[in-house]
Amino acid sequence: MDLPTLLQILDSMIRLGAPLLLACLAGLFSERAGIFDIGLEGKMLSAAFLSAAVAFVTGSVWLGVLAGLVAALMMSAIHGLASITFRGNQLISGVAINFLASGLTVLLGQYWFALGGRTPSLEGAARFMPITLPFARELREVPVIGPIYYELISGHTALVYVAFALVPLSWWLLYRTRFGLRLRAVGENPAAVDTAGVSVVGIRYAAVAICGLLTGLAGAYLACGLSAGFVKEMTAGRGYIALAALIFAKWRPWQALGATMLFGLLEAVANRYQSLNLWGVPLPVQFMQALPYILTVIILAGFVGKAIPPRAGGQPYVKER
Amino acid sequence: MDRMPGWADALLVPLISLLVAFAISSLVILAIGENPWEAMKLMVTGALGSSYGWGYTLYYATNFIFTGLAVSVAFHAGLFNIGGEGQATLGGLGVALACLFVPWPHWSLALIGAAAMGAAFGALWAALPAWLQARRGSHIVITTIMFNFIAASLLNYVLVNVLRPTGSMDPATARFPAGTNLPGIGDMLTAIGIPFARTTPANISLFVAIGACILVWALIWRTRLGYEIRAFGKSEKAAVYAGISPVRITMLAMLISGALAGLMAINNVMGEAERLVLNSVEGAGFIGIAVALMGRSHPFGVLLAALLFGFLYQGGAELALWTSIPRELITVIQALVILFTGALDNMVRQPVEALFLRARKGAK
Repeated sequence: MDLPTLLQILDSMIRLGAPLLLACLAGLFSERAGIFDIGLEGKMLSAAFLSAAVAFVTGSVWLGVLAGLVAALMMSAIHGLASITFRGNQLISGVAINFLASGLTVLLGQYWFALGGRTPSLEGAARFMPITLPFARELREVPVIGPIYYELISGHTALVYVAFALVPLSWWLLYRTRFGLRLRAVGENPAAVDTAGVSVVGIRYAAVAICGLLTGLAGAYLACGLSAGFVKEMTAGRGYIALAALIFAKWRPWQALGATMLFGLLEAVANRYQSLNLWGVPLPVQFMQALPYILTVIILAGFVGKAIPPRAGGQPYVKER
Repeated sequence: MDRMPGWADALLVPLISLLVAFAISSLVILAIGENPWEAMKLMVTGALGSSYGWGYTLYYATNFIFTGLAVSVAFHAGLFNIGGEGQATLGGLGVALACLFVPWPHWSLALIGAAAMGAAFGALWAALPAWLQARRGSHIVITTIMFNFIAASLLNYVLVNVLRPTGSMDPATARFPAGTNLPGIGDMLTAIGIPFARTTPANISLFVAIGACILVWALIWRTRLGYEIRAFGKSEKAAVYAGISPVRITMLAMLISGALAGLMAINNVMGEAERLVLNSVEGAGFIGIAVALMGRSHPFGVLLAALLFGFLYQGGAELALWTSIPRELITVIQALVILFTGALDNMVRQPVEALFLRARKGAK
């Protein structure tokens, strides 16, 4: 494999890994606060739809992003209401949110645009444009570093850079601030946080809201960055892959970066090669597509290090009376 | 006693939840500029107004009975089997293998053989997540989700590379031999003198599904294993104290659950399509979750809920045919039913409970 091919694959790894990274960090905040979220898929989907719809109507991608955030936040509000206020089953709530998004996006899409659930294609300012970083063109001719800088690091859309910037930011927020400490504590031992006079409900709602914002960005990126417009079921299981990456990363931000890029790389390779030959063993494309899930099961099985979820995850908090 | 009566818990609360879900669905229909009353009328005539409509309603209901029972059995053991989709996919593979490679002399024998293979494949696909949950503590919800995706990829591979007849472009198996074709409900009813449309996919699997309801009821409430499953589901610690092995119950409950999901394939693969195609399950595994929640994990409740969803499915198809409301309306209704009967259960339950308690206090 030569350098240009490698760079192309890595470049598409970044583009495909970015939405996974955003969704994975979203799940990280929610699950670290003890709220399981299998509704990442639905939140992304609703954000993708509304961002594309609003971006098309207004012609502004940033208004689209804003609408996407609102859509995902509304889904988050349902999840919060069900799992925090009414102490319902978080997994069932997540399942409901996925179906709600899957149905509503098509229903509204058909009503607004009559294109069978698609939005019209986005053009011009309604889409994210690649950003060329400073000196990328000038340095292009420099051997090795030039192409890497020009092809790989420069030339992505804004939300890709946002996604990468969010990794250290999430780490800082979770491990270096009081809010982060409380958020992690709420996911491990909510009673202790309550005893310290901090509102468990408040922290959990904040975490669920952050989760909504990040899935909103992920969805907006899918519809207005990675592709030009919304199509039915366009998240295509990415919410679940992000969930898998979260387990792979053992609920930590830097590892989330590694896991999502690995899964992005698998997707990029599967897109590029219909069949692979690895040391004489043919690997069918279906195997490449299933690999993230298989890897996650292996990790979950605890054969390669143990993935231990936050201890209070999935349990509604009932204040002592 | 600060609890409400049993009938309110088992009937009133789900009924109110259902009404809330339907009320919101009506608002959704209003919001997209259609008339909910007209839509409802169209759905009722489309799904229940003719024997043709009933045939489809019953066909869909048969699928949902199997997957609903699958989710219910796991629920009784305190396990959330979200993998009905994958287990039913693998069940389809089992049924297809049984139909394609065994020369069955009669459809009844083929049905028994295919049912056994479907159930075995479904159970097999549930076995690994169950074992991982029981032995390694891996969360069964996540592993069964992953297994849904792995099943889809596996089936894709098998159909494209192994079972596809040479020369065919379609990722599907060959047609099953005629000896494996199941009698339709229409044929059976017409034979005994009741006129019924003969072109519908409803088939004898419906009776297998009803039989499965009775068997599951007997298993859960009339056998020692059922008692152990329920005890384990209510309190794992108490069950362990009573000498019930968590590994054994987790494995058995999930194997039964997977087998029930796999059994679905005798209806959709053997009874309807008569060959195995990609995505033959069409989301029925997930609808099983809604059906089990609405039916309170009781086989009779599952039967009723499956009929309701069968009606919604066929009615939704009719709606999409005659109006501009897309089929996805059903997905929205399904989501709202799951939300209100499942996750937001307390929102409905608490006010009802408070009302009962106040009424009781007033009576004293």
